[in-house]
Amino acid sequence: MSHDSEPAEHAHAHPTGATYLKVAAILTLITVIEVWAYYIPALVSSPLFNPSLLIMSAAKFAIVVLFYMHLKYDHKLFKALFTGPLIVATGTIFALLFLFAKISL
Amino acid sequence: MASHAAAASHGAVAGHDDGHVHHHHTTTGLDHRKIAIWAFIGSECMLFASLISTYLIYKGKSLVGPFPHTEYVDAAGKVFKPILDIPVTSASTFVLLMSSLAMVLALQAVQLKGQPLPAGAGWWTRAQRSSQLWLGVTALLGAMFLGFQAYEFTSFVREGLTLKTNLFGSTFFTLTGFHGAHVTVGVLWLMSLLWIDRTRGLTPKDELVVDICALYWHFVDVVWIAIFTLIYLIQ
Repeated sequence: MSHDSEPAEHAHAHPTGATYLKVAAILTLITVIEVWAYYIPALVSSPLFNPSLLIMSAAKFAIVVLFYMHLKYDHKLFKALFTGPLIVATGTIFALLFLFAKISL
Repeated sequence: MASHAAAASHGAVAGHDDGHVHHHHTTTGLDHRKIAIWAFIGSECMLFASLISTYLIYKGKSLVGPFPHTEYVDAAGKVFKPILDIPVTSASTFVLLMSSLAMVLALQAVQLKGQPLPAGAGWWTRAQRSSQLWLGVTALLGAMFLGFQAYEFTSFVREGLTLKTNLFGSTFFTLTGFHGAHVTVGVLWLMSLLWIDRTRGLTPKDELVVDICALYWHFVDVVWIAIFTLIYLIQ
């Protein structure tokens, strides 16, 4: 059962059940903050409202991918297979929004 | 054990009856099934990016209501309230997030199978070893999410929003419908794993099979995280 020949980057164990529960609590907390902010008119009218929501959403996205999908602990090829298309997909969304004048510099 | 779990998590090893664990004989040393699911998930990113882009491009371009966040009065004086039901969707979002938690616990339960329980183990430690429990909970929560979506879709149709009503209806139903179809596939996949677990029992050798399903399920979750913010919360 020896894995001495494995690269050091492979030597991580999965998170424990307690870590998974903490991650779930953080995801729930961020969701509660997002929904709470939606019902505060002063916040909704603020120019920081949309960027804040996007940052919180991106944080939730990253937490799920890193901890629940184990990408933080996984092989770099899997990281490349996911982050490559994700970058292209995000770039496509922004490019189309620029093209259709939904956002501008 | 820790090194075994870590190595197996990469899909880089395969168990054998003689108790030894070997690297896969592939060019990368990684299991092709796991490479395939990550490549598939990458392609799914592109699919959902196109659907989200379409929604965002047509956002605010509908000529007639109902509208997502604002009230609309038609020519006959009929008032259409903002159609999105944030409390209901928040609940369904919470359900899907918890299903992801149940999914990782199901995977962990499969990894821990066969290991002796520590002396004086409590109910939580015992529960963590039950893959059937967590697979069942994940499938149930996924089905609950679909129930929320069915409720939302039918209430929207009753309020006058269909696929053909306006650009919002077309892009909204297409995007969330595609996501719902993915959730449906996931629930069926989970139920098939649960059936296998109940009939022959899943073992640590089946870890990769469960892991692949888990990756798909979590991807469906992260897509919803994006949809919830972009469609429901940003006005």
